[in-house]
Amino acid sequence: MTGQDFVRQLDEGQGFHKAQDWSERLHIDFMLAGFLALVCGAGLFVLYSASGQDMGIVIRQAVYMLIGFVGMIIIAQVSPRLLMRLSPWIYMAGVVLLIAVLVAGIHSKGAQRWIQLPFIRFQPSEIIKLIMPIVVATYLSKRQLPPSLKDIVVALTLIAIPVVLIARQPDLGTSLLIGASGLFVLLLAGLRKRLIFSALMLALPSIWGFWHFVMLNYQKQRVLTFLNPQSDPWGAGWNIIQSKIAIGSGGLYGKGWLLGTQSHLDFLPESHTDFIIAVLAEEFGLMGCLVLLALYALIIGRGLFITLKAQTLFDRLLAGSITLTFFVYIFVNLGMVSGLLPVVGVPLPLVSRGGTSLATLMAGFGLLMSIHTHKTFLGQSR
Amino acid sequence: MPVNTLKDHKAEQRIVSIRVWLALVFMILLVMVLVSRLFYLQVIKYDELATQSEENRVLLQTVPPVRGLIYDRNGHLLATNRSTQTLAIVRERVEDLDQLLDDIGQLIPVSENERDRFLQQIKRRRPFESVPLKFSLNDKQAALIAVNQFRLPGVEINAELVREYPEGSAFAHSIGYVGRINERELKNLDPALYTGTYTIGKIGLERFYEPVLLGKPGYQEVEVNARGRVTRVLSRVNPTPGKDLHLYIDTDLQNAAIKAMKGRRGAIVALDPKTGGVMAMVSNPAFDPNLFVTGIDYASFNDLNTDIEKPLYNRATLGEYPPASTIKPLVALGLLANDVVDENDRIYDKGWFQLPGSDHRFRNWNRKGDGWINLNQAILRSNDTFFYQMAEKIGIDPLHDFLSQFGMGRKSGIDIHEERTGLLPSTEWKQGAYSQPWYPGETVIAIIGQGYMLTTPMQLAESVTLIANRGKHVQPRLVKDDIPELQSPDWGGDIELDQKHWDLVINAMEKVVSFNRGTAYWRIGRGLKYRMAGKTGTAQVVSIPQGEEYDAEKLKEFQRDHSLFVAFAPVEDPQIALAVVLENNNGASNIAREVMDAYLLPKLASAEQVQASAENKRSAQ
Repeated sequence: MTGQDFVRQLDEGQGFHKAQDWSERLHIDFMLAGFLALVCGAGLFVLYSASGQDMGIVIRQAVYMLIGFVGMIIIAQVSPRLLMRLSPWIYMAGVVLLIAVLVAGIHSKGAQRWIQLPFIRFQPSEIIKLIMPIVVATYLSKRQLPPSLKDIVVALTLIAIPVVLIARQPDLGTSLLIGASGLFVLLLAGLRKRLIFSALMLALPSIWGFWHFVMLNYQKQRVLTFLNPQSDPWGAGWNIIQSKIAIGSGGLYGKGWLLGTQSHLDFLPESHTDFIIAVLAEEFGLMGCLVLLALYALIIGRGLFITLKAQTLFDRLLAGSITLTFFVYIFVNLGMVSGLLPVVGVPLPLVSRGGTSLATLMAGFGLLMSIHTHKTFLGQSR
Repeated sequence: MPVNTLKDHKAEQRIVSIRVWLALVFMILLVMVLVSRLFYLQVIKYDELATQSEENRVLLQTVPPVRGLIYDRNGHLLATNRSTQTLAIVRERVEDLDQLLDDIGQLIPVSENERDRFLQQIKRRRPFESVPLKFSLNDKQAALIAVNQFRLPGVEINAELVREYPEGSAFAHSIGYVGRINERELKNLDPALYTGTYTIGKIGLERFYEPVLLGKPGYQEVEVNARGRVTRVLSRVNPTPGKDLHLYIDTDLQNAAIKAMKGRRGAIVALDPKTGGVMAMVSNPAFDPNLFVTGIDYASFNDLNTDIEKPLYNRATLGEYPPASTIKPLVALGLLANDVVDENDRIYDKGWFQLPGSDHRFRNWNRKGDGWINLNQAILRSNDTFFYQMAEKIGIDPLHDFLSQFGMGRKSGIDIHEERTGLLPSTEWKQGAYSQPWYPGETVIAIIGQGYMLTTPMQLAESVTLIANRGKHVQPRLVKDDIPELQSPDWGGDIELDQKHWDLVINAMEKVVSFNRGTAYWRIGRGLKYRMAGKTGTAQVVSIPQGEEYDAEKLKEFQRDHSLFVAFAPVEDPQIALAVVLENNNGASNIAREVMDAYLLPKLASAEQVQASAENKRSAQ
């Protein structure tokens, strides 16, 4: 069995010997990097239109992207082994930061999500996005699979602490996504079907608890508005109604680049951040959306490939969780913009304007690259 | 690493692999949901959403027309449009509406009424539309809002055109005013014409000429953003501004007439005998029409409406008064035309007249009697006895038929809607109104303009104009412009009479003023620089308004006789004809003299100057 793995490795090695050599030495996965660059490029295109042809915004975003790529490559240099060793410490540091946010964070737009340091202001929840799968993967990879009940309880506790802290900021969207990234690790680790089933059964009362004890009024309002957008057509329902109009009026082929009226006439709020896909849908139609989805599919496919190719349990759990979380981002964003899901404030990965989300995503892809490019090193050591 | 972990390693990898494949299946399913959602929106619902997108984007806006201006005969503005400031609020930008309204209320007065109306309206508007709270802010109020703008988010000051009457109360009854469109008017008007227009002509010229003053609204298709802000005009049809009106009114003459009234109650109508143009039309007391433009408050309106002196009432065309002796020149013409009397016929006036078989004495105003008197003298002396005697000879019906040619008993057709017909009695009328026959004694009263007979000052002016023109009829009219669709029918025809008869009556009327036995001589005849023909009148006030609580002093005042005077001048080339009615007071002739002086003296002076300079030239040659 071990031999088989080895042979397969060799086969590949022969075919792409040089390239693999290169990419492994630099710890860069050129295929993934290429797909990312394609989506980023498309994103800039749409952003130019969505920002009302504001070249300044586009250039700033391009600079973020470059920084993101550099950051991704730097993170790719860190061995997964080192991450495993450091994970308890960074987890604790992350939780401390989240508490600090609640105690002494900066208020902005009704939420308290930032910490101000002398030089930068940052959002600890973004760092948790990376820490969460690392910590849960580290914990579970050191246990027997499938995980025991005790392991599950410990893992769920590890997940719950940051989730609740972030939900109180309040940042429901992020806290749910972070919770999901932790749960993905559990699911990939072979959580028994019976347990998944009972968890779903438990979900109902916990949703009830969440609704009554964790969610804030405006968050509840969003959910209610989602269920019936017409109830508040000029308030929260406005976004949903207008983005549906934007998407639908794009039709099959769209109105053409820069010719979208919904976004350019400010009917569409947050047109260059969370709702940017509506601009794409309006200007490039269903075809444009499918092209973007295809590009995303390439990235996810590559992520899954890396997951399957990963050699250690930690690598597989982490890579799988990162890939699935990336998918969830896309799904939630598209779902909320097209009116399938409540508006929870999730940006469209790599396309929405903003440096923070980009940095976190690229860091995640850095981890994927690290997992992929450090495996031969492990193979050699065996 | 321990061996058992290594052994488990492969199994564990398999678990993860299976889960990854499972996840992939889930992801594909979810993507299918997404894609079908997009397909649903972009293909199935495309038509509907594309329409909505278009409706979002394009807004049809009305551009209200500018209301036509009104000028007097010299180009002086009588009605104009003033730009005013309106305070409006954009809901979207307001956090706490109640708080904001309170804050505004502390800066400028906001009535409960204004607040309620605003709160009603804002419910029906989109949050980015601005809804007016307070109209016509004065400069101080606008400034107060402006300096506090920073703490009043969502408050806007907008410009709006509002009607203004620079001459205030002077033309309240002729020009009238515009006011906010009310519910009843809303039901009857064409909404397409009135989109964006909030006012409509309520009385006077503003009402009569509403269709031409209004103009036609324009439209523009604009592209708007979600805040309702116009980003681009796609197409535009310009509004057609309302037509300007040019009047026969002479502002200086009007003001002179008002001045001559000296605040007393009454009416003056001055016509141009050449055109029928109304040069002055006064009804005193009056009111400030500007009060009505943006909506008069209830208390002020109530004060005006219940005022015992009735300032809202246009006495010039609605006021019906017994014409009294001012009717005598017309009656004289009627007697001559009907061959009832000859210019040389004389009667003896002993101070009273008795109908045969009756012992009721109809008295002359001069109780002593004027002695032997002919028609000419009867007019200049305003001798009642002479006319009493003629009553029996002519009878009411021929008198009615004759007088009706001069406009009695029908509307003059002046171009405002507020006009009454007066009352010209006849046997037929009496039968209809009272189911009673006409009694000879009633003719005796009617022939001196008392009894049933009622005329408006406008009718008196129209009839004296007919005398001045020797029967040539001109239609009384305020507006000089030819607006065929809005001219009421010209229902007076020329009156064909013997020139001798015109001469006799006009001569007698001139003597009323110029002869020392004339009834107006001692009041106005001396120092007259032009030839004026006139006729005095004193009307007994038979009935007084009832059912209202007046104090005794006031009641007495309201029972006094009315003083009337009709006149034209100069006799040889009439340039002005007028009627004056002074309620419960005397001195109508003095007012007529003042008005005529104000109009004719400057003209005569300039004519003399022209003549003098011409003579100077001749003598220099």
